[in-house]
Amino acid sequence: MATTTRRRTVELPDHPDFLWVADQKPKKSYDVIIIGAGGHGLATAYYLAKNHGITNVAVIEKGWLAGGNMGRNTTIIRSNYLWDESTGIYDHSLKLWENLEEEVGYEMFFSQRGVMTLAHSVSDVRSKQRNFYANHVNAVDSVWLTPQEVKEIAPIVNISEDIRYPVMGATFQPRGGIAKHDWVAWGYAKAAADMGVDIIQNCEVTGFKIVDGKVQGIKTTQGDIAADKVGMVAAGHTSVLASMAGFDVPLQSRPLQALVSELNEQVLDTVVMSGAVHVYVSQAHKGELVMGAGTDSYNSYAQRGGFHVIEHQLAAACELFPIFERAHMLRTWGGIVDIAPDASPIIGLTPVENLFINSGWGTGGFKATPGSGWVMAATIASGEPDALAKPYALDRFTSGHLIDEHGAAGVAH
Amino acid sequence: MLHIPCPYCGPRDETEFHYGSEAHVAYPENSGNLTDEEWAKFVFIRSNPKGWMAERWVHSAGCRRWFNVWRNTINHQFGPSYKPFSQQPKSPA
Repeated sequence: MATTTRRRTVELPDHPDFLWVADQKPKKSYDVIIIGAGGHGLATAYYLAKNHGITNVAVIEKGWLAGGNMGRNTTIIRSNYLWDESTGIYDHSLKLWENLEEEVGYEMFFSQRGVMTLAHSVSDVRSKQRNFYANHVNAVDSVWLTPQEVKEIAPIVNISEDIRYPVMGATFQPRGGIAKHDWVAWGYAKAAADMGVDIIQNCEVTGFKIVDGKVQGIKTTQGDIAADKVGMVAAGHTSVLASMAGFDVPLQSRPLQALVSELNEQVLDTVVMSGAVHVYVSQAHKGELVMGAGTDSYNSYAQRGGFHVIEHQLAAACELFPIFERAHMLRTWGGIVDIAPDASPIIGLTPVENLFINSGWGTGGFKATPGSGWVMAATIASGEPDALAKPYALDRFTSGHLIDEHGAAGVAH
Repeated sequence: MLHIPCPYCGPRDETEFHYGSEAHVAYPENSGNLTDEEWAKFVFIRSNPKGWMAERWVHSAGCRRWFNVWRNTINHQFGPSYKPFSQQPKSPA
């Protein structure tokens, strides 16, 4: 099978123990505390320091750096969303990705190999074309592919009309792609630490110190820490934090599973997603096939899900990519994602003064890492929602201005 | 896969069921007079506890009936299941 391979040989980055202080202890107080050392939290700290000159910052992490969803996602990056608000933040994020490795001085294997989203029915074609036209209106790169063109870009896709859900077309975003997720976290952590940010691991938040409706610090398993401002960037555990702070968030925490195969020859040099048959696939630089699908149906904090969900997505994968039938899966895992009613994030102010929220990224937060950190840092620094973050305010569930990306994003948000 | 205790049929595989989220969310009584904040709370806010949760399931591929059950969201352990409009058993916590 003649596909072009885009392998790169690079020096391995420094061992992460030496990129930041591994056993950093908290100081008595900080200007800003970020809760959660995942991608979004680290990016927030980085942009606070870089864009706003705020370096007296701690990132607090209950486990280890990037040990939550940042180390568990399928690393897909794209910005071809339906609504203007989504395009605003996701395309800003993609533009930041395009210079990120040079900016932070750290290899991330960012690879703009394109993201293809397949359509399998007449209504699927209509909704994907609507998306494709919306992308053009918003100046986001997007191409409509016929099944034959799908085959030219990804020769291993089965475009036969005789399968249960035949490929009837696809949207393609050439600027989309993948990156190596833990190196993204390490790059942000290193660059933030270099500017003076403290990264404090194994430190779980147990409460907030709130006086007269204003946050003054946090309580943790390593003692109380004072702060002028606090940002909650805790993904699946946002509801737990919000209840400690005394307010409700419209979020539900669900398991999202992913899996990888053994190392294979390079057979797929783009990303293929199919919301209709519930699978998305890319091939990492080393050669493992990385796949994901929809969430398990129930609320959970257990970081695992049911095997029938994996079976379902593998059935779809084997029909779409017959070459995968003999591949061996190496491992599966789950992360806990926080999903808002409109499947869009919640960013901005909270009912508690100087306590900020960045959550609800659900099943699609990895791609937004730079953009999310950028707008969160701006929001915390000024105390006012950043322009790109403004539509994502918590009060949209009262005003009714939802940003409903459910239908547009399908399963693979 | 979860093994869900249907109060009518006994324990069955998760694939026979569909999830119905938090149990005991009643339609507001004075729905003509609710503020936007109160509507938002009823429509969008659901508890999302880390621990025991009373939730609804429907046994779609079985008896096709709705029921409630206690389940722990930390370890997926089930507590008692019970029929709608019956006395809610105490949380196993």
